Amino acid sequence: MTEEARPESPDIPAAEFEDSDLLRPIVESGVGFRVTSSLLLLVLLTGWVIFGRQLLYGLGVTGLNQPVAWGFYIVNFVFFIGISHAGTLISAILRLSQAEWRRPITRMAEVITVVVLAIGAFHPVLDLGRPDRALNIFTAGRLQSPLLWDVSSISAYFMASTVYLYIPMIPDIAILRDRGVWPHWFYTFLAWGWEGTPRQHAVLERAVSILMVLVIPIAVSVHTVISYIFAMTLQPGWHSTIFGPYFVVGAIFSGIAALMMVMIVLRRVFHLERYLKQVHFDYLSRLLLIMSLLWFYFTFSEYLTAFFGNEPSEMRVFFYKVSGPYAPFFWAMVVTNFLIPVLILSFRRTRTIPGIFIASLSVVIGMWLERLNIVVPSLANPRLPLPTGYYIPGLVEWVMFAGGIATFILGFVIFARFFPLISVWEIEEGRRLSVAETTERLEGYLPDPLPSAPGQPVSEGG
Amino acid sequence: MTRWGMAIDLDRCTGCGACMAACHQENNLAAVGAEQAEKSRSFHWLRLLPEVSGSGSEVKVRYLPQPCFQCHNPPCVKVCPVHATYLSEEGIVGQIYSRCIGCRYCMAACPYNAKVFNWYEPEWPGELKQKVNPDVSTRPKGVVEKCTFCHQRILTAREEARAAGRELRDGDVTPACAESCPAQAIVFGDLDDPASRISRLARSPRAFRLYEDLGTEPKVYYLAEKE
Repeated sequence: MTEEARPESPDIPAAEFEDSDLLRPIVESGVGFRVTSSLLLLVLLTGWVIFGRQLLYGLGVTGLNQPVAWGFYIVNFVFFIGISHAGTLISAILRLSQAEWRRPITRMAEVITVVVLAIGAFHPVLDLGRPDRALNIFTAGRLQSPLLWDVSSISAYFMASTVYLYIPMIPDIAILRDRGVWPHWFYTFLAWGWEGTPRQHAVLERAVSILMVLVIPIAVSVHTVISYIFAMTLQPGWHSTIFGPYFVVGAIFSGIAALMMVMIVLRRVFHLERYLKQVHFDYLSRLLLIMSLLWFYFTFSEYLTAFFGNEPSEMRVFFYKVSGPYAPFFWAMVVTNFLIPVLILSFRRTRTIPGIFIASLSVVIGMWLERLNIVVPSLANPRLPLPTGYYIPGLVEWVMFAGGIATFILGFVIFARFFPLISVWEIEEGRRLSVAETTERLEGYLPDPLPSAPGQPVSEGG
Repeated sequence: MTRWGMAIDLDRCTGCGACMAACHQENNLAAVGAEQAEKSRSFHWLRLLPEVSGSGSEVKVRYLPQPCFQCHNPPCVKVCPVHATYLSEEGIVGQIYSRCIGCRYCMAACPYNAKVFNWYEPEWPGELKQKVNPDVSTRPKGVVEKCTFCHQRILTAREEARAAGRELRDGDVTPACAESCPAQAIVFGDLDDPASRISRLARSPRAFRLYEDLGTEPKVYYLAEKE
């Protein structure tokens, strides 16, 4: 390979180029960034103060009790980790299937994963009675416990998705380095000596190929073992073999919805209409529609099995959900996860950007409700003839919930301040190479021409 | 090998609650107070499980005293991430208070809701502070705790037997609940000793355990009422 292999490589453009508007938020960050991040930091700070109070007095400050010993912290743990499946998994699947429309989406998806995974993984620590002893997990850990499976799987996913976010970002960081963007030392360090040589490109592509294959089983394992926390116990409503795939489907479902919400908001804020076009939302919303149907199928199977078996302890949980105290949450879940998205996304007339936003928001709320419907009712209905439990989250839990969401937004605000939200070099690569490549690939799908034997007519039907 | 077990005769039990009070006293259970009890955080290692039968004017209520069942196949031990709860060689499910991280997974996994959690720093108001039993460690906030079959009494009885130069005999160990029971409804002893009272009661046709179908193999037997 020679330098000629990439003759007009604009990896390191000197001045303006076609996609340089993607760098604008970094080069011209202003008051908006400072105000937003200060407000979010304030929410986060409140969260930390409230958490300090919980550390001081104990978990008694929450609404948790016996038998409902798990509440918002565990619900949000499962919820946030579910959202994190948006990213790396979807991005990896799209890359692997060579979906060309992925190019402006992958970066945002990967950022969601890294940010939300960090938030989600912190939630079990919030929930500990003795967070000061959290490291006992490593010094005295029992690998037989499903909680340890979670620790292993989530750390592996966090590592893999961080690297998977970072590696394809290197050429973009090099662009920022070469433009002398502040802080220069930061970009110089992170650019890892990127020069855009053919060898570097080859190594980068190889690394991304390995990572995208590696990350898919890890992502699937993450939500599978989270479901195992519940499914491995004997508790009614939890002890179910369907839980692994049910949780993975739910995670991808909420992940796609969160991804589209993020895309629609960022498109508006950073004027990315040129990049995130109707077609991207159209494809993703078809995926969301399929996941919605799949979610309904799993939910239906799960509840029908419980209902038909008619086991007393299962029925107690079942009726607690469908007609008892949790009926509002249960039916709201069915409406927001199934009715609203299916009705909106099935028709082209309603599959507009605002329509998709409503459907996605509905799914995100619905999936949170699903986690609530899984965690609390099983705990509230003990097998023994004990009074039915109840759970009213305290102020602490609400503030920590707000803190989690604020951290999510803050993560994006900070990321957008320092890195391009859309992969500049991949867009450029798409412009330069993909059209020819895709045409060639398409031609490869077509039937081969007939072997031209002399004297035989070519147009023989059949 | 010793395998401690308990039998509770429902024909004798009057539901007086002396066992609960004795358990609180013996094991230094914190007094959580009415306000916390209102929040569904009442604190017992042994509770009286109400069983209501009949309807209308024929309602009949009886109570099942329910300690930890010390399962032979304990679901709580299986899920503990840090080995803070374990099955001892003598069949008692123990809790290591200084190692427990307070994740409450064991509470979520226990089919019998036998464990309790220290939501706040435990308190012994007024004179109770002076009445703390020196044989039982007090617990810090944020950890799970549970019935131990009064293992401190087992240790004492074993020491005494050794001092007297003899083997531990059936009836040497009596947990606080059994000791306080005015109707003598609670029998404690070694299930592996075929001659012990407890193993005879466990084999009786009146004996049953709660949710045997779960495969947890509780070591607490109830003796059904005679007609």
